[in-house]
Parts: sequence; structure tokens; C-alpha cells
Amino acid sequence: MAKVLHSAPRFASNEGVCDALCGALGSIVVESNEEFGEIVITVKRESIEDALRLLRDEHSYQQLMEIAGADYPSRPERFEVVYMLLSLTKNHRIMVKVSTDEATPVPTVTTLWPVAGWLEREVFDMYGVMFDGNTDLRRILTDYGFEGHPFRKDFPLTGYTELRYSEEEKRVVYEPVELAQDFRSFDFTSPWEGADYVLPGDEKADTPPVDEPKTTESPKQTGAGAKTDDKADDKVSAGAPAEEGTDIDTEAPEATEDQPDREPSKGDVHDTKGATEPEDKE
Amino acid sequence: MSGLIYEQSPTTDGEEISNYTINFGPQHPAAHGVLRMVMELDGEIIERIDPHVGLLHRGTEKLIEYKTYLQALPYFDRLDYCSPLAQEYSYVLAIEKLLNVEVPERAQYLRVLFAELTRICNHMLNIGAHVMDVGAMTPNLWVFELREDCLNFFERASGARMHSAWFRPGGVHQDVPLKLLTDIGDWVDTRLPELFGDAMSLVQDNRIFKQRNVDIAVVSKEDAIKWGFSGPMIRAAGIPWDLRKSQPYDVYDRMDFEIPVGTNSDCYDRFMVRCEEVYQSARIIKQCLAEMPEGPIASDDRKVSPPKRAEMKQSMEALIHHFKLYTEGFHVPAGEVYVATESPKGEFGVYLVSDGSNKPYRCKIRPTAFSHLQAMDFMSKGHMLPDATAILGAIDVVFGECDR
Repeated sequence: MAKVLHSAPRFASNEGVCDALCGALGSIVVESNEEFGEIVITVKRESIEDALRLLRDEHSYQQLMEIAGADYPSRPERFEVVYMLLSLTKNHRIMVKVSTDEATPVPTVTTLWPVAGWLEREVFDMYGVMFDGNTDLRRILTDYGFEGHPFRKDFPLTGYTELRYSEEEKRVVYEPVELAQDFRSFDFTSPWEGADYVLPGDEKADTPPVDEPKTTESPKQTGAGAKTDDKADDKVSAGAPAEEGTDIDTEAPEATEDQPDREPSKGDVHDTKGATEPEDKE
Repeated sequence: MSGLIYEQSPTTDGEEISNYTINFGPQHPAAHGVLRMVMELDGEIIERIDPHVGLLHRGTEKLIEYKTYLQALPYFDRLDYCSPLAQEYSYVLAIEKLLNVEVPERAQYLRVLFAELTRICNHMLNIGAHVMDVGAMTPNLWVFELREDCLNFFERASGARMHSAWFRPGGVHQDVPLKLLTDIGDWVDTRLPELFGDAMSLVQDNRIFKQRNVDIAVVSKEDAIKWGFSGPMIRAAGIPWDLRKSQPYDVYDRMDFEIPVGTNSDCYDRFMVRCEEVYQSARIIKQCLAEMPEGPIASDDRKVSPPKRAEMKQSMEALIHHFKLYTEGFHVPAGEVYVATESPKGEFGVYLVSDGSNKPYRCKIRPTAFSHLQAMDFMSKGHMLPDATAILGAIDVVFGECDR
């Protein structure tokens, strides 16, 4: 990596750590990379527990700080579960990843760290990732009786239901979300940097180039057919601006009809009193 | 009577005794917000606690995915609303790590200074609330005065008392006036030690306070590690682990301060660790004020931090940069980082995934209270019902952050 300019937390050097860990994990490792000063090791889903046990016991990554889910809908296995490990003795951090889909469960790591219980519950609640062996896989952050997994990319930001207190029913009622205005999302991708749609007016830009280059040697080569070429060949002197021959008779528009008189209002009607008039005190 | 579980007692000769289940919260002054705990009690002894969190879940992480990097910043103030700037810290550092942008020295000092002021501010609330949870009223009112002072300093720096939104990727939003720095210096020298010392003299050696806290919720070192403890909770267990020291960010490596650790790992130790941290924070603040250099307070990388207002009036380029930064925002190179800082409550982490656009693809927030609260069950097992409030107070839980 280039020179480190930022002042984010500086832990022990990554030098050689990635290779050493990958060597120790052996065939469990699917992929490993080191970017932005972070070591990320992707391992096989079914052996995540073994991998983390090895890292905890042999390589002193004692603490599991966090389990994060992430959703990449375009991938065949759309979910990623990321385990953040911290070594208190080596003062080092790594991330270990597995990927999964809606149906395939990930083995639980509650056997290694009790803290994983809630962290896995959260990933389950938000993404619907199943954890095989977690005995208490209930929802945790969403409402009682909530349906769906809100952090999936295909779950709308506004959700499906909203709730309010109903004065008539004297209780909280759930209703489908009704928006007075659509949620506005702006598109900031620049057409110069790879927006993948055609801008209005750009449809013609993709037509294949012609074989021979187009040249114009005389005014009669207009490229719009013989008829136009003939016309173009006629010498036309630059005339005055088209002022003559524009005497179009413009008449004034007809007057609209007078407004009919208003009907006198019915019933007991009287003018409001002026503000200056004192009111009768009774 | 659905909460009653009848069972055969081995000691009462077949007579039926019952465990009963009660709801602690969601509206309870000692629940520090909206926490519902389903407690199974045997008389007054806690058998099991099932904390129900998420009553304040607002989907912050999802909302952030729909905002530009800069627009997402104020959400961090609203997570742990008792220590707003400490949350912003992790986020801006995560962005800076992805962008690899250099922060000027003055901005680094300012951020450390205000992060420590935030720590004092947070501990004032927690210490006061903890003391009040176990029955003492006066110290809370006194330390709240100090908290109020901190909030006034935040207001003078950022314009907002609580939700400052003052840190920026590449520095801070605005420079502070010299008078503010001298006022903070005076406050740290005189008012803070006086008032805080007075308030703590009422509590620290108080017989009732000790009876309520000493030997309550003792957690071994191994358990503290296994349950993902951090911050004062892990330090009270006797592990000298502080990210400011071990994984320093900004200018923390130049600061001279001590890490207080506990010996007994009970609620009293957690309380005392926080008390000492206040004095250590004051030390850091003094050093920041003494060493604070002059200079710019934000990166001069115009693709990240906006130009000065005055410059915009003269320079077309500055105007364009300003416009682009406040409409489109900046683009962050694709990649992922996990950045954790020492917030007053523990390790506050941000796992930021960027896809190269101007919005975070995924922003996972690692709250401190989540793992601590999970340990609530095993910490309170066998303790009395009133101890639950002491344990909860010593965890220092804020639900804005726990539920996100």
C-alpha cells in the first residue's frame, strides 16, 4: 500500500501475518487479501468454527468483537458474514468472512464465544442468515411479530408497515405504509465514470462508425440525397432577414363576454360590522 | 397467572413454591432508556434475565446506506447521545482510512481534545445516574453541572449542545476561538476537580454505596474476554486494555496518561475506573491545550473537505468544489475497513464497506452496550433484584447506541 497518511488506529504490523495465518488455516482458506491495512480472510462456510477456534487458540485472537452481515444480491451466495477478531496480546485485528445464501445455515460460533449469541441473532434478524447450532435464534432488534429482514438490499427503506396510536380503538394499530411523496433517491453516477444507462439524446452515439470517412468538398455535397444536393447547388444570395412577406393580418382578439350579474344571496345575510364600529354590549 | 412456573421443591417437602417472572421496564427510570428485561425470580433472587432490546431500533445502518458519506455523519451523534463526538470519531477515521487522507495536526489535537471532553461529559452522566440508581440524589445534581459546562463548550465549538456533528473526514468543521480554549483550560484546572472531587467525596467511601456495589457482578478476566467486554468493563476486570494506548489514533500516542484498572471486577471497580478516567481525560485535555499548534483545521484535499467560505467568493474552482461536495459528496475507493476507537463506553467500531460510490454500501456499527448487555444474564444470576439496577448502571448502557 502507498504511504499511510491517515491517522486511524494503528495496531501491530500486518507484515507476514496474512501469509502465516493462511498457511496455518491451510485448505480452509478460500481467499485472502490485504487492503487498506486490513487483513480479510475468506474461509469455507462449513469450517468457520474450526477456523476461528484455530485462530483463537493457536494464534491468540482472543476476542470476537463483532459479527457483521452484508448483502450482495448479485452474487450466487448473496450474504457475507464477517467476524472481527481482536488479539489483546498481539494487539492485532483481522476479519474472517464466510458467504452464504438464504437457505444455507452457517455453523454457529457460540461454542467458542458466548458473545456470538446476540451477534448472530442480529445478523439473523437483519439478513435472515441462519446459524446452525445457535439455540436461541430469535429476532432481536425488530419489533415483536416483525416480518422480513430489513437490511437486505431488496427491502425498501420505508418498510411495509407503519404504526400509530388509534384514538378510536385505544391501541396502537399497524397499517401499510402510505407515503405522501415517493422517497427520492438521486443518481450521482457520472456519465463519464461508467453510468450503465443511455442518457436521453445519446441513443445515436452507439451507431457503428462508417467505413469511409465523410468529406465535404463542395456545398452541393450535403449528404441528404440528390434532391437536396441540387437545391444546395443553386446559388442563393444571403437575403435580408425575412421581414417582407410577413404582413399577416393580426386582429385584436375578441372581447370576452361580460360577466353575468350575481344572483342576490338568499337567506339571512348581512354585512359584517366594520372593525371600528363598537359592538353593542348587552 | 401465565408467569407462574410450579415445580416440586426439594427442601419444602413437596410443598409448591413458584418462580415468578416480572417485567423490568420498558419504562423504568433505572433502565436507562427503553430496556425491557424479563426476569425470572426466586423470591428476590434473580434466576434468569432475558433482556429485550431493540425498542429504539431506528435502522440507522440502513438509513446510512441511502445517504452520502457526509450526510450520514449526524446519525452518529444520535447513536450514543451521551457521547456524540466519540461516535463520530470512529466514522470519520474509517472514511479517512479508506481515502488515505492526511489530517492537519491542529485538527488532530482538536479532535482528541473534544473526544476527551466528551468522555468527561459521558462519565458525568453515567456516574451520576449510577449513583442515583443506588439511592443517592445529590452527587447526580452536582456532576450534572459539569456536564452542562461540557455541553456549553460543545455549543461554543460547533453551535449545537448535544448533536454537534463537528468532526469531518479530513479534520473538523470549524476552528475554535482562542477564548474557548482558555476557558476549557480554566475549567479543567479549577471547576472540574473541585466540583467533581466534592461530589465523589460523598460517594466513593460511602458505606451505603459500597454495600450496594462491592462484590456485585464479579466477572473474571476470562469471562470478560469471552463476552466481548471493552472499555471500563474490561479494565475493571484487571485487563489494562485501552485502544487509545494500544492502538493510538490521531495524536493519542503523544499524550501522557495512565489507564486505571480494577482489582475486584465488580460494580464498584467499574465505577472507580470511570472516576479515575475523568482525571486522566483532564490530563489529556491539558496536554492538548499546551501543545495545540496553529494551522489549518481540515485537510486541504479539495476532493474531500470543502473550501473556506471567503475563498468561494473569489475562486470559481472553490465554488465548484463546494457545490460538488454538498450535492454529490465525495467518492470513496472501493474496499472495506473496520475501525474501532475507545469511546467512553468501550470499543465503538465502524465496519465500512464502500463500492466506490458516494454512499456507503454497508456501514455496520459495533455498539459497546450490545455485548455488555448480553452478559447481563450471567452477571446478575444469583443476585438480588435491586442489584440489577446497580449492574445496569455500571454497564453504562445507552439505548440509542445499543439498538441503533
